[in-house]
Formats: sequence, C-alpha cells, structure tokens
Amino acid sequence: MHESTTLLVEVGALLLLLGLLGRLSRRVGLSPIPLYLLAGLAFGHGGLLPLAASEEFFAVGAEIGVILLLVMLGLEYSANELVGNLRSAAPAGLIDGVLNALPGAIFALLLGWDWVAALVLGGITWVSSSGVIAKVLADLGRLGNRETPVILSVLVIEDLAMALYLPLVTAVLAGTGLLGGGIALTVAVATVLIVLVVAIRYGHLISSALSAKDPEALLLGVLGLTLLIAGIAAKLQVSAAVGAFLVGIALSGPVAHHATELLSPLRDLFAAVFFVFFGLVTDPREIPPVLLPALALAVVTMATKTLTGYLAARRVGIAEPGRWRAGLALVPRGEFSIVIAGLAVAAGSVEPRLAALAATYVLITVVTGPILARLPDFPWFKRWLRNRAAAQRRDPVPIHD
Amino acid sequence: MRVRVEQTALPGIGVRHDLVTESGRRLGVVSHRNGRRDLVLYDPDDPDSCQADIPLTDDEAEALADILGASLMLGQLSGLREQAAGLLTEQIAIPAGSRYVNRMLGDTKARTRTSASIVAVLRDGTVNVSPEPSFRFAAGDVVVVVGTRQGLDGVSAILADSDPDG
Repeated sequence: MHESTTLLVEVGALLLLLGLLGRLSRRVGLSPIPLYLLAGLAFGHGGLLPLAASEEFFAVGAEIGVILLLVMLGLEYSANELVGNLRSAAPAGLIDGVLNALPGAIFALLLGWDWVAALVLGGITWVSSSGVIAKVLADLGRLGNRETPVILSVLVIEDLAMALYLPLVTAVLAGTGLLGGGIALTVAVATVLIVLVVAIRYGHLISSALSAKDPEALLLGVLGLTLLIAGIAAKLQVSAAVGAFLVGIALSGPVAHHATELLSPLRDLFAAVFFVFFGLVTDPREIPPVLLPALALAVVTMATKTLTGYLAARRVGIAEPGRWRAGLALVPRGEFSIVIAGLAVAAGSVEPRLAALAATYVLITVVTGPILARLPDFPWFKRWLRNRAAAQRRDPVPIHD
Repeated sequence: MRVRVEQTALPGIGVRHDLVTESGRRLGVVSHRNGRRDLVLYDPDDPDSCQADIPLTDDEAEALADILGASLMLGQLSGLREQAAGLLTEQIAIPAGSRYVNRMLGDTKARTRTSASIVAVLRDGTVNVSPEPSFRFAAGDVVVVVGTRQGLDGVSAILADSDPDG
C-alpha cells in the first residue's frame, strides 16, 4: 500500500514536470526530447533525487514507448511508399549509411571499445530523427520545398534499414555470435519482405478486419495487435521495435489514419517516459569524461550528415541553397539513436560508457540540429552562397563525381 | 489541361502538386494526408524553396477555388464588353458585414438606383443565373453586375453598405 502511494506521487510529479518542460520547449521552439533526457538524468542513478519506487513502472512504460514510437512510424508510411521509394532513393541511402554509420563505428574502435560497441555506435550516429526533422520542416514552412522529398526519402530508407539493423543488433547483443546474427538477419529480412508483400497485396484485408468506425475497439485492437506482434518478434529475437514497425506498415487507409489520431496521445505519453527512462538508467557522473568525445563525434557526424543531404540533393538536380537546406535539416539524431542505445544498455553486455556517450551525443545533435537547419534562411548565409557561386563562375573548378 | 502539373509524393506527409506559370513563377499545393493543405509560392530567386507556405482550411480552399473558377467564367463573359462599348461586367463580393446579407435582392433596388443589372450570383461553386428579386443573399456571395462604370460603382457601394444593426 505504502509502496503504491509513493509510486503515484513519484510518477505524478515527474509527469507534471515533463508537462512543464514540454511547454517550455515549445515556447523556445525546441524539441522536448533533450529536456526529457535531462529530466531522466537528474532523477536517475547518481542524479539529484533518485526515484526508487517507480523504476519498474518506468521500465515497462519505456518498453511500450519504443513500441508505440515504432508503430506510429510505420503508420506514417504506406508499404507502397516504402517500396516505391526504394529504387530511386537507394543510392542516397547508401551514401547516408557509409558516411554516417562508419564514423560512429570507427570512433568506437578508436576509443578502444569492442566491435559490438562499434556496431551499436555506428547505428546511433547513422539514423536521423524523423520526428524532429518532420517538425522542423513544418515549422520552417519547407514542406513544399523541392529538396523536401529528398530529405524524406533519406528518412524512409533509414527506417527501412533499421528494420534490418535492429534485429541484427539484438541478436549480436544477446551474444548469439556471428552465426546467430546471420540467422537473425535472415529471419528479419524474410519477415520484412513477407510483411511488405502482404501489406501491398492484402493490406486492405488486414485493415478491414479492424473497423475504423468504433474508436474504442480500434484503439484496443491496434494496440493489442501491436503489442502482441512486438512480443512475438522479441521472442523470435527479431526485436520488438521491428515487429511494431511492421504492424504499422501493414495497416493502411482510414484505419491507419484513425489509429494515428488515437495512438498519438498515448505515444506522446509513453515516448516521454521512454526518454526519461533512458536518462534514469544513465549515470550522469559518467557524462563529464565522455563529453569531449561526444562533442567531437557530434561535430564529425553532423558534418557527414550535411554532406549526405548535400550530395543526395545534388543527385536530383537541386540548386546550391537547396542542397545546404537538405544537408543541415538531416543533422538531428533522436529517438532511433536512443532506441539503439537503449537496446545496448538493456543487454548489459556492452561498454557502460556507451549510454552516457549516446545520451550526450543525442543531446548535442537534437539541440543544435534544428538551429543549424535555420542557417540557410539567414541573409548572411545566402550572401555567402552567392559569393561562392560568383567565385566559382570566375574560375571554374572541375567537378568530381 | 494545357498546363503541366507535376505531382510529387512526400512520404509520411502527403502529396505535392506544382506548376510553373507563364510568367515564370512556380506555385503548388501540399496536400497533407490528414486533410490539411498548404498553398505554397516558390521564391523566384531560389526556385527550390518556398517563399510562402499558407495553410488553408477546407472552407478557405473552397472559397479560393470558387474565386478562381468564377474569374474564369467572367473572362468568358467579357466577350459582352466588346460587343457593347461602354457596357462593363464586374464581379462584386458581398462583404460579411453588408446590410444585405440575409436580405432579398429586390431590397437593394439596385437597378432603379444605378441602372446596372445583377445578372448572376455565384455561391459555393454554383452559378445562379438571372436571380429573382426574391433571391436571398448570404455572406460571401459574389454578384455579377452588368452596367456602366458609374452604375457598377453604385452597386458596389450599395452592397458594401454595412449593417446598422450589426
């Protein structure tokens, strides 16, 4: 009895605090993610005020948070969009992977960590945050811009790549070795392909089984189906997150639209819990030693991400200013990086400083990213581009492709 | 359609349609999957970026479509202008605060006072040709008036007369 009242007090106070932080972040036009992480750091192990009674609640809530984040991501895209995008955007996705995953992996090796940590850190630096970027694009009124489809298709490819990467990492972290990883990857590829084919051919059947008319039944149905599939996927070592993502993709039409509306508030709640939980399990005393490495890693991978967007936009014939807009917009890393780091922390078999490094890294990129995205709108930046273009016209430089 | 409209998918957001006008400006519409839509105008100096991104509600989009459609019809009516010199056609919107909102066309006594005729009323995309004196106006109606310059200005002044009660 006493335990459960303490739990109510702790959870209530923390949620209230998150609410205030969320409001504050909207006031200054930032994503609330960094504030949630900081709140978690403040209250976790080694923080200012450890929360003891509610830790289990946050652990379960965080798990549901990841699943909801991923199912919503899947609901956002239809299977046709994912597959239709694949051919045209694959080169950009490849550049993205090489330019951004490799620096992270190499960095981990330079720090003297093992190859598992390198695999995890590569994933963390690879994936941009779809949530933060979509919001920045809408806020800056750039949805109609001609480089926006380029940015979105890079995000789509990343999400698809995550459907293969997450099960692989899950298997490797579970210590099943290279063979186990290979089997897990094969199972994952097969599952993803089957789900995509089923979703394209019979998506309407799955959707019609869940009526869009009754909100309560739809909410329970979609949530139940998602948790069920996520659980089964986790049992099969394919990662619960990927299971949820695939459920999101398989649903389409009005069902997907209504489910998005119904699940959004739940997602907001549990995603906040998830970010807090990641902060809770990260020891803030481990941050100062990794601060400089995280900063260096952030600078390097923000530069490579900008280059990724720049090259991807150049491929489809976007002019110079648009290439910079695409590049700088892709900088923020967020939910996926934390999901990957969270998997590593949960497995417990990986370098302990990784969580602190990931948290610091995400904090840096998610705060500076939206600010960097605004750069191309400033007059001095435009002037600089014009001067550069004028200089290039004066003495033409051979273009290497 | 003689204009080339380009359609681009925006994964996760919706679709964008855009076209380049004869004067060289690019404009488009971003249709969000949740039903929202934005009118976007591209920057002439940087054709990849939008200069303005204007969100439109369903009603606003419909109104804009009506106005564009109606002006097209007006262009066809302009043949009339050439046949009868000195006779003009004009399209006058009834402002929301007009005293004739919810009142009958006959009440305006437009023809007796200005000798210009109201030949049609455009409402919600439909055209009411030769409305009866008992036709009841609503805010947002657009009347098509034929007459002399003076007469048209007169009708426009009558309709703009604001409601003393409101």
